[in-house]
Amino acid sequence: MPKDLIIDGKAITVEDGITLLQACELAGAEIPRFCYHERLSIAGNCRMCLVEVQGSPKPIASCAMGVNDLPPNRDNTPKVISTRSATVKKAREGVMEFLLINHPLDCPICDQGGECDLQDQSMGYGAGGSRFAENKRAVEEKYLGPLIKTSMNRCIHCTRCVRFMTEIAGVEELGAIGRGEDMEITTYLERGILSEMSANVNDLCPVGALTHRPWAHNARPWELRKTESIDVMDAVGSAIRIDCRGREVMRILPRNNDAVNEEWISDKTRHVADGLRTQRLDQPYVRKDGRLVPATWEDALAAVAERIGATKPDRMAAIAGPLAGAEEMFALKDLFGRLGASNIDCREDGAKIDPGVGRAGYLFNATIAGIESADVILLIGTNPRIEAAVLNVRIRKRWRQGGLTVGVIGEQADIGYPYDYLGAGGQTLRELADGKHAFAEKLAAAQAPLVIVGAAALARADGRAVLAAAARIAKAASAGKDASVACFNVLHTAASRVAGLDLGFVPKKPATTGVANIVAAAEGGELDVLFLLGSDDIDTARLGKTFVVYQGSHGDAGAHRADVIFPAAAYPEKSATYVNTEGRAQMTARAAFPPGDAREDWTIIRALSPLVGQTLPYDSLPALRAAMYKVAPQLAALDRVTPSSGDALDALAGSKGAVKDEPFSSAVTDFYLTNPIARASAVMAEMSALKAAAGKAKAGLSAAE
Amino acid sequence: MAVRRLHPDQPHDFSFTPENLAWANETIAKYPPGKQASAIIPLLWRAQEQSNGWLPEPALRYVADMLDVAYIRAYEVATFYTMFQLSPVGAKAHVQVCGTTPCQLRGAEGLIEVCKRRISEHPHTLSEDGQFSWEEVECLGVCANAPMVQIFKDTYEDLTPESLDKILGAFARGSAPKSGSQIGRKTSEPEGAPTSLVDPELYDGSTVGSWRARFPELRDGAPAGDAPASDKSEG
Repeated sequence: MPKDLIIDGKAITVEDGITLLQACELAGAEIPRFCYHERLSIAGNCRMCLVEVQGSPKPIASCAMGVNDLPPNRDNTPKVISTRSATVKKAREGVMEFLLINHPLDCPICDQGGECDLQDQSMGYGAGGSRFAENKRAVEEKYLGPLIKTSMNRCIHCTRCVRFMTEIAGVEELGAIGRGEDMEITTYLERGILSEMSANVNDLCPVGALTHRPWAHNARPWELRKTESIDVMDAVGSAIRIDCRGREVMRILPRNNDAVNEEWISDKTRHVADGLRTQRLDQPYVRKDGRLVPATWEDALAAVAERIGATKPDRMAAIAGPLAGAEEMFALKDLFGRLGASNIDCREDGAKIDPGVGRAGYLFNATIAGIESADVILLIGTNPRIEAAVLNVRIRKRWRQGGLTVGVIGEQADIGYPYDYLGAGGQTLRELADGKHAFAEKLAAAQAPLVIVGAAALARADGRAVLAAAARIAKAASAGKDASVACFNVLHTAASRVAGLDLGFVPKKPATTGVANIVAAAEGGELDVLFLLGSDDIDTARLGKTFVVYQGSHGDAGAHRADVIFPAAAYPEKSATYVNTEGRAQMTARAAFPPGDAREDWTIIRALSPLVGQTLPYDSLPALRAAMYKVAPQLAALDRVTPSSGDALDALAGSKGAVKDEPFSSAVTDFYLTNPIARASAVMAEMSALKAAAGKAKAGLSAAE
Repeated sequence: MAVRRLHPDQPHDFSFTPENLAWANETIAKYPPGKQASAIIPLLWRAQEQSNGWLPEPALRYVADMLDVAYIRAYEVATFYTMFQLSPVGAKAHVQVCGTTPCQLRGAEGLIEVCKRRISEHPHTLSEDGQFSWEEVECLGVCANAPMVQIFKDTYEDLTPESLDKILGAFARGSAPKSGSQIGRKTSEPEGAPTSLVDPELYDGSTVGSWRARFPELRDGAPAGDAPASDKSEG
């Protein structure tokens, strides 16, 4: 039943069940708050959101008052609420004065300065001076890990961090000990927090108690240039904001995108920023006498062109890595096509996905927001907590609402919510696909079942059979239900993957080519030129005498093996299109310039093209995109998901092949070190070591028992 | 109240005795399925009793594991409630001196002086022989007999520094001094003779209960409830 209210003299009808604070915001009133946050449970402990309600003798904390609890007056006129009266102002000033009693006056040295809720709101409600002559309380520093810098004197006990870790991240490590004046936020015996989402508490902290340790005392928010972009650390495509000073990326913050990441990002997305400064390839290199020596662009391009010119097309291959944008993959495919070479692959991990069956066969068809309407989820060979931490938060959010059953085939890991463990390997999957497993009944009885297949399950030798089995399970589970395509979902881990598949960056003859065959051919001396577009996670030691061209941003495995290195821009330094696992095309924006002589990827390929006699017909990014959109029109539909037809599933389900018994593993072994940028980051290395040490301590403990 | 911290010296591990374990399982079973975490306070309390009156850190983890709650949640509970002692207490006596206003007005500060002199300068610190400890607590609900202290489960009321000194001496000798008021009054009766409600007319029926005089059938003192019952038996 809609509810009539009069807020600050404005009559408004709001829907049932919302809080008074939300109603006030709908009426256009601004309500100050510290503890309240839309995505967290309501604590009601800061008291900053006080408003005056007609008939109530005292001001009311609007965040904790539901509009349902505000009946109309006896004469049936709506309740009158005032958010700007003298009483309200005085009450909030009183609250602010109490909050500031123990808050240090250290704004000039506080990293939150300039983006601090307390600072901002004290401009509106703070007193000019203090009436508190006693000593302020002093709180011992707490260690919460390498990502969170604490200054606990500043804490105002809003408990947002505790609620976030408990409710959203699902890692119950933060808590409030003591009581009253002695309340302190800490972890159990000050262990560092081990969660993929922990740095979000620093964003949530309304004061400077929790700030980002890696960026401590580096920059002030007002001196940073802000660019809205897209993350490429996983295939989720979280919305981020890149803050730069000069040409340096200082920090990466989340942006709100309800369809993808809500307002959270993973620790890797955020703190990979320091990896953008180290191990950078800032000039071309050419290998001479076994050593890589710096070269000019002319020399490097000429060396590659000469080699390509002397090579038969069928002895050339290209592999696109996980961070490649659609533009450069399109340009590289175009160039190889013009040269007559078709041995190209974007499935660096060897995933047995055939884009020919249709888009629904390799997308997360349910969409990330669609997880919230699921009631049974089957995870096959995936650990979403480390493969797509933000997406896992969505599953956990759905689980918290109640009525969600999760089944797991694969690793028995802690993923942040309870699940039915069905089995480790292919046998369980076969039983389920044949409808012989008890979980098949749960799937069949579900209103909106989801089958999620991980990237590692598809990268196995029997990946095609796994995909077929998953498609059969999805078809059986969704028979006769709405949105049957949405039941089948592939969770990728590489940001470039879906765009690569959309563009057809795959070999023409899958039987004889593909990443495994490319490597084998290189080792066997049947390959002369291999072009690695940011691909480091292949076995570079097995490339034999092949002439390897590495184009990328970081000196990682691929660059070490390369014969010629083309230095390229990293993702914050170029405008590129990435398609996330849902099939949502999103475009990054250039926030900074690449270092030294490094260039945007597509321009390098364009510069190479005339030297091999096949000039690519586009001289600008818009011209390239126009050509690209002709091949893959769905890439032009930015920020949207184009629904795909279910024919792909029928084709997949019909395909043959037997799933082998071997157990499934996750595509990601170390969450913090999945790509060259993360591997160059000192922060990620520290987190990785911490996690390994914690794992070892735990293993040692259980061994001792 | 001061900031509460776990004691630096902790035992290596903790587990319930078989009797306490059986009791703990019974206690957990009292709560509905899925709400076992609610048993945390009784279990921590029992763990404290088993550990000579204080709660060691391994006990927090033990109880948390038993109830399947995060360690930090047990830590929160143990630090929130001051009835959980986080550092060792005296084996012979742990003196909890009430320092809230009524006791303070009646001389609790003198009792604290006795504790400081006899036991240790600071609260939550063992005496040199390790047999005594003390702390200041908030109201224990014996305001009428202020000032008072609580030692383990007994209260000692109407104290003076001298009588507290004597009580502590008795504990040191190993004897159990008489609990309750130390000046001989019964529970919280007025000290000496009553000073209010002393008018005898209050008790002879002339003032309180005088309405009975208007009802002849009650005049003999028969309870009012009997009349309808006898009517019924006649009918």
